[in-house]
Order: sequence, then C-alpha cells, then structure tokens
Amino acid sequence: MPEVDAGAEHGTVGRSVQRRDLLEKVTGAAIYTVDITPPGTLHAKVVRSAYAHAQIVRIDAEAALAMPGVVAVVTADDIKDLYPRFGHIVPDHYILATGKVRYYGEPVALVVAETFAAAADAAAEVEVHYSELPAAMSVAEALAPSAPLVHEEAFVVSADESFSAMAATPTLEEVTERTNVAHEVALGWGDVEAALASAHLVVSNEGMKFPMLYAYAMEPYNAIATYADGQLHVISTAQHPFMVRTDLARIFDLPLARVRVQVPYLGGGYGSKSYTKVEPLAAVGSWATGRPVKLVLDVEEAIYTTRADAAEVNVRTAFDADGAILARDIELRLDSGAYADNSPLVLAKAANRCFGPYRIPNLRVRARSVYTNTSPASSYRGFGAPQGSFACEVNLDKAADLLSIDGDELRRRNLVDHGEEILPGKRGLDADLKADLDLVVDSLRRDATQAQASGIGYAVTASDAGAFPVSTAQVRLQTDGSVVVLSGSTEMGQGSRSTLAQIAAEELGVELDVVSVSQSDTATVAYERTTGASRTTTLTGLALQRACADARSKAAEMAAEVFGWSAGEITQVRGGVCGPQERFVAFGEVIMRWFGANAGEITGIGLVRRTGATQKMPPFWECGIVGVEVDVDQETGEIDVRQLVTVADVGFAINPRAVEGQDLGAATQGMGIALFEELIYDGPQLVNPNVVDYRVPRMRDLPAKIDTMIVERRDGIGPYGAKGAGEGALNPMAAAVASAVGRAIGKWPTQVPLTPERVWRLINDLPEAES
Amino acid sequence: MSEPHVSETKSATTSRPGSATEVATTVNGVAHRSWVANRTTLASFLRDGLTLTGTKVSCELQVCGVCSVLVDGQPVSSCTYLAADVDGRTVETVEGLASGERLHALQQAFVRNFALQCGFCTPGFLMMSKALLERNPDPTEDEVREYLDGNICRCTGYQPIVAAVLEAAAEMRGGRSA
Repeated sequence: MPEVDAGAEHGTVGRSVQRRDLLEKVTGAAIYTVDITPPGTLHAKVVRSAYAHAQIVRIDAEAALAMPGVVAVVTADDIKDLYPRFGHIVPDHYILATGKVRYYGEPVALVVAETFAAAADAAAEVEVHYSELPAAMSVAEALAPSAPLVHEEAFVVSADESFSAMAATPTLEEVTERTNVAHEVALGWGDVEAALASAHLVVSNEGMKFPMLYAYAMEPYNAIATYADGQLHVISTAQHPFMVRTDLARIFDLPLARVRVQVPYLGGGYGSKSYTKVEPLAAVGSWATGRPVKLVLDVEEAIYTTRADAAEVNVRTAFDADGAILARDIELRLDSGAYADNSPLVLAKAANRCFGPYRIPNLRVRARSVYTNTSPASSYRGFGAPQGSFACEVNLDKAADLLSIDGDELRRRNLVDHGEEILPGKRGLDADLKADLDLVVDSLRRDATQAQASGIGYAVTASDAGAFPVSTAQVRLQTDGSVVVLSGSTEMGQGSRSTLAQIAAEELGVELDVVSVSQSDTATVAYERTTGASRTTTLTGLALQRACADARSKAAEMAAEVFGWSAGEITQVRGGVCGPQERFVAFGEVIMRWFGANAGEITGIGLVRRTGATQKMPPFWECGIVGVEVDVDQETGEIDVRQLVTVADVGFAINPRAVEGQDLGAATQGMGIALFEELIYDGPQLVNPNVVDYRVPRMRDLPAKIDTMIVERRDGIGPYGAKGAGEGALNPMAAAVASAVGRAIGKWPTQVPLTPERVWRLINDLPEAES
Repeated sequence: MSEPHVSETKSATTSRPGSATEVATTVNGVAHRSWVANRTTLASFLRDGLTLTGTKVSCELQVCGVCSVLVDGQPVSSCTYLAADVDGRTVETVEGLASGERLHALQQAFVRNFALQCGFCTPGFLMMSKALLERNPDPTEDEVREYLDGNICRCTGYQPIVAAVLEAAAEMRGGRSA
C-alpha cells in the first residue's frame, strides 16, 4: 500500500477533473441568493438620493405607508438606537443616510412591502426634501482649498493589525485637520532627488488616468434577512460572510454566534462582493418588521453601490545609460468616492504594487485616497495593481524607446530574480519573471504580422497577494469512507468547491467522488477570513491539508486503541491505516470499531495563522505577465486585439483547465478596462450606469489568437507548491494594450480605456474631449 | 433609478381592475393557465410564479442575454417580454433542456469545456445556443461568435463557450444526442 507522503505520485491533484458545481449550473438547479424566497418574505426597495451632496430636511413617508401592501418605511431616525454604520476599516458608512447625503444614489429610506412591485411603487411616493450643498465631484474639486467636506467627522479606525501587515507603511494615524483626503500612504527608500539629478535619462508620464470601473458581476447585490428572537440570519451575495457577520453583530449588538451569514452560489464577484454591501439594509428591514425581508438591487443600483477606485498617476523613472533603473518617483491619487469601504487597503496595495517587480535603488511613492461626492469605491480584482501598473509600465516602454532598447530587454535588465525582495523585509519573489516574460514575448513574436498599423505590447506586474493568513478548515470522515469538507471560503465561480475536494481526496487517499464540500455558512462551516486576493487554494488549501493530516493521525490513534497496536506499528496509508502484518483498516472501519456502532465520525481540524510557512507577508506574490498584438485603424482609431498571450505563474496547477479559465477571464476583464470600460460622471450622476452604455467585452471582441500558458515551478507555499491565481492576468492588461497601441501609432496613450475616439485624437494630436 | 420591471403574480387578481390577463401557456411541456398582472415580465412569471429559477435576470434592458428563453422556438429576453404575451405559446427554459437524467449535448459540452464559472449567464447561453443550432446545425466559429454576441459572460473570456457550442454541434450532427 503506498504511503501518503510528499514524494508519492499525485492521484487527484494536477488533473483537470470535471468541476463539480458545473452540472447543477447547466441544468438550472444551482441556487443563488436571488433564487431564495422564504415563506412570509417581505420585499424591499431602496429610496435613493437625488443629489450628490445635500442636507436631508425632511422625509415624508405617509403617502407611501398608505399604499396597498406597504408594511414599513425605514429611515435613519428609526435605526438611531442601533449602531447605524458599517465599514471593516473605517466605520464611516451609514446604513441609511443620516443628516445628509454624500452621493447620488445613496440609500435614504427602505420601503418594505408584501410584494416587490408594491415596494417599488411606494418607494416612488416617499418624499425626501433636500437642501442642496456644493459637491466635490472629482479629486481636483475635493482637494481645492475651499472644497466642501464629504465627511465632517473623523471615525475611529477599527481595522486590526492585519491591515498594517498588508500595507508596507501603515499611515492610519488620526487626521487633525479635516480635509477630503481619506488616507495617505508614503513608501520609499534611498535618495530619489540625487538619483534623478545625476541620471543619464529621466522619463516621465504625467496625469496618467485610470477610469472608474464597475465589475459587473452579473448577479446584482441581494440579500434575505430574518431577524427574530435575538438572532439574525442573512443569506446574501457576500464573498466574505465572516466579515459581514462582524459588521452585522456590531450594528445589532449581537454576539457573533447569534448572527448567521450564509452564502449560496455567487453570480460573479471579482472582488466587488467583498465586505458588507446590502446586508445591513435587509437586516434593518427585518428588524423593523419582524418578518424575512428580501432586497434585490437592479444593475443601476449595484453600480451606485460599489465601483473601483479611479486613479491619476504621475511617474518619473531615472535610468543609467545601460537602462538600469536608478530611481522611481510616483504620485498616485485615487478617487475613492463617498465612503472608505476597502479603499484604504486598495491605496496601500496600489502603493506596494505600482513600481513593479524591479530592482529600484531609490524609490518614492506618495499615494492619497480622496473622498468625493461620488459612489463609494472598493475592491475589484487585483485592486491597486491595475491603477498603478498602467502608468508605470507604459513609462518603461516609453523609456525603452528613448534608450533604443527593446521593451522586454529593458525589463529583463531590471526585473528582480527569484527569491529577491521587492519590498524590504517582505517575502522574496517566488516566481521567475524573466523566464515568464520570455514565454510571452516568444509567443507574440512568433505570430506577429509585419503590418504598419500593428504593435506588440507586454507588461509585468507582481502583487503582494493572499491577504492576511487566517484560515481554518475541517474534514469529517464518515463511516462509509466518504468525506465532508467544511470551509468558509466562498464558491463564486472560481472553482474552489472542486479544488478543495481534489486536495482532500489527495490527502486522504480517497476517490474524488466520495468527497463533498460545504462552504460559506458562518453557523456551520469553518472560519475563513476572506475569499479574495487569490488566497483560497494557498491558504484554505494549507488549512485543509492540515485538517486531513489531523484526521489521519486521529484515525491512527483510534486504531491503536481499538486493536492494541503501538504507535510505531501503524502507518498512514491511502484511505485508512495499516497495522502489523500489512493489516489495512479503512477509515470507516476505524470509526465504527472505535465508537462500537455503525456510527460516529472523525473530525480533522486545520489552522493557518501568521507563523511558519505563512509568517512572511505576503503569503505569495501573484504575478501578471501578459502580452497583446493590436491592429489600429488609423482612420477610425478602432483597435483590434489580434493576439492575447498570458502566463500563469502559479507554482502548481491543482486543476489546470480551471486555472486557464481564471486567467483568460481575468485577461478579458483587463482587456475591457483597456478598450471599453469607464463609468462617467456628468454633474451629480453617472451618464452610463447600465450595461448598454457601460460596455464590457463581448464574444466578437475575442482575440483571434489566445495563448494561455501555465508555468509550474512548485515555488509557492501552498499545497504541492501552489500559489494563488485568478487576478494576475488582469493587472498588466491596460498597460500592455496601451503599449501596443503606442507602438502601433508612435504616440503613448495617457488614459484608458482606449476608445476609438481617444485613439483617433491621439493619432491626430487633438486634445482629449471635454467630459 | 430605473423603474422596476418585476411584478407579482400572487396578488394579480386583487390588484387594479383590468390590470390582469389570463394566460394559457406551455412551459417545458407542462400546460399552465393563470392570471398574471399585466406588467408581469416573463422572467418574473417563470421565476416567481412557476418557481423555475434557472432563468436569471441581470441587465433588465435586454442587452446581456442572461434571461434568454425560447418562445415558440424564438429566443426572447424574458426580462422585458411580458408574461401576458406568452398566451397560446410554448416556452422553453433551461430546466427543459435535459431529457430526464440525460443532459442535452450542449449541457454536456459546456461542462466538458469548462464553458462556465459562476454560471449565472449559462442558462441564457444554453438557450441561445440551442436556438442557433436549430437554425444552423453546422455553424462556423464566426457564426457562433456572431449569434452569441448578445450574451455577456464576465467569467470565462468566451473561448471555452465557443468551443463547447462547436463541439455540441458536431455531436448533434453525428446523431449521438438529443
């Protein structure tokens, strides 16, 4: 019988097994939050602010309350005895606008009725009287000397030490003078000024603009809450149910154990369903009425709920004559909207990630996150990385031109090596980026056309990923040898239900078919901090490996007790234990003999914290190495992406097809940023808060050639050498496309998305259109 | 905020006079007769009225393709198609694709090709693909892209979906599946 050890041939992992969630998804049987309506459910509709910035003078709800089927209209006044705000870093986010509104679309009241139609009809009849205030609609307006304040009060930061562990330089001290600067981060080393002064060449890109984005997870935010008998049960579209539970417990002053957050399948997340969104609204609706309340947003409401931080970036890079980087000086300003949400962490990550995985002897990064009277910004796939890399990678290509060195060669001369630190004191790079870049460039050049209007671009990013390492997992071995895995990591389409099953089957030596995985229910599964930053395979995977090891040793101890064997006589083998004379006893038999009945189970527990392999931050670097070839129509400015090449440097692919799928999906979203996607404010409101005017990639935008490569060097700390995947290919896409367009037309873009009009203006030396 | 489209079915008969319509329709082979509020969308009728929640709703502007179902064999956006308009017609949804335990060739090919991740857009893609293959059993890759261009998927990058549809088409032409 083969022993379970690191040297054994893998049975289940490393194979593209059929994903177990896909079957119920193709039959329509898969249940998403929006499909659940418990008996007796009331339906809610949000009354939203019609102004970007205004005092709330009065709310008249009588007419709405008198309408058929209306049960309640909840306003800030009704919930003032609760803790009326949420926010995992800065608890600045009012459940319902209190005193004033800070952005168009902010929730002002919640109408709860017997049917959704009744709630929607009545919501239109709630009269909110406002007194309009001057608004700060952009970063420039918000930083102007006489700018109106989005927040007059400062809130005590509630983030724990894990926040500072994820930021290279935490700067969350109390601000004394109120401005609209929500957060500031400064990072750097060496003497930047001296390096700039003595350099062979200094290349700068000023005012590089990265747009406001909407992740467009196709299932809009929704939740069902039931508050009864001092307990709150919420089913919602949350990526991080355990963190939402914390916000909800604080609002209602309930013990964590009396708040249950359950998450079924998610219709997309991509970071946009991180942290608390609509759960408090549904919960106060139920608290006020004593009945289950379901709140489903439409896409327009979802766009106004969370977007990605827009950025404006200035970058200067100093080089010696051989193209070695001497210094980088980077200024980043994020438009973070009306509430902090996760923007402080987005900011910290933007600072950590903007200068790239290069050897930089002198560095200065100054980054600010600014409150404006626009919709709140928070996480979106790769957060922080795409914002900075667009400016800073294009800057390298511009420099390459001026130095007469190929862009890939310039990068090769500056990229850090495997094991070398990118951030002092942090984990060294666990990837070979030079080799990865070679793969991308070779593939692009192999199929490149020699057409005049075509150009090749590539870009490299490295993100301090994995988030803070707090993960747990449990396995429950059953009497028939089957296995239940419990995890708080959310299945949102990335395939963790399969990946975790593969790991458990591998570790216990059982067939994949007998493993089931239950996820994301705070009342029943094991704690998981978040589902984000590509952490599940690495951190939850490690916890699960440890849980399986715990279950195996418990089985060995129980077998020793039952059969009278000494510990030295027992070996752990696939599917059970082996005693003297090669006597194999399956897990199920161990359980039944120990309990003395056809009953019982073994529970294995696995814990991950900041110690051992996961001591150094980040848990792993998630790299993005992509390239494109584009054709540019010189008459119309239209871009055709002919080639898309990506390398997923993942250490070990537990399910290779799933990894490829994640990578192509991430690259495609990145292509959307490069070519199409941008939320546009005109006055107090967005001009394109819908999927007609906010264009995302469609099937005909598919590049003619797609080459997704997986590189496995087993250099991650996760199971079998795995690292996280799924964000990497998004991060450098805007930069790669912009560089390719720059080479095709001989001018460097200063803004994405590269719409035909923008490219046409660039070609014809015309200024950017007034927005 | 845009006007909500979803309406109720259960209180339809008690709402405003003249605001409801009697509808007789066959959904996935099962005949239904019921009163629906005039403003009830087909999506709401299917999801809330018949608890056929496989059909999803996203953009509510008939541009994302998520809510696609077939009415008399023609693909429609059920988010904006009125339930009252299916009177006398047949409706096919994702729940009707499989024959008992046996998955439709498209369903099998989508699973084999990892042509979905979160799965929210999948019912719409499957129904559109079925409509395509009924009209054109041997589509080229470009024809698949053209026909499915109105369906948005945010997870996959589309390539596996194209592969799945072409594979299912080949299999169906070979007569090995439904």
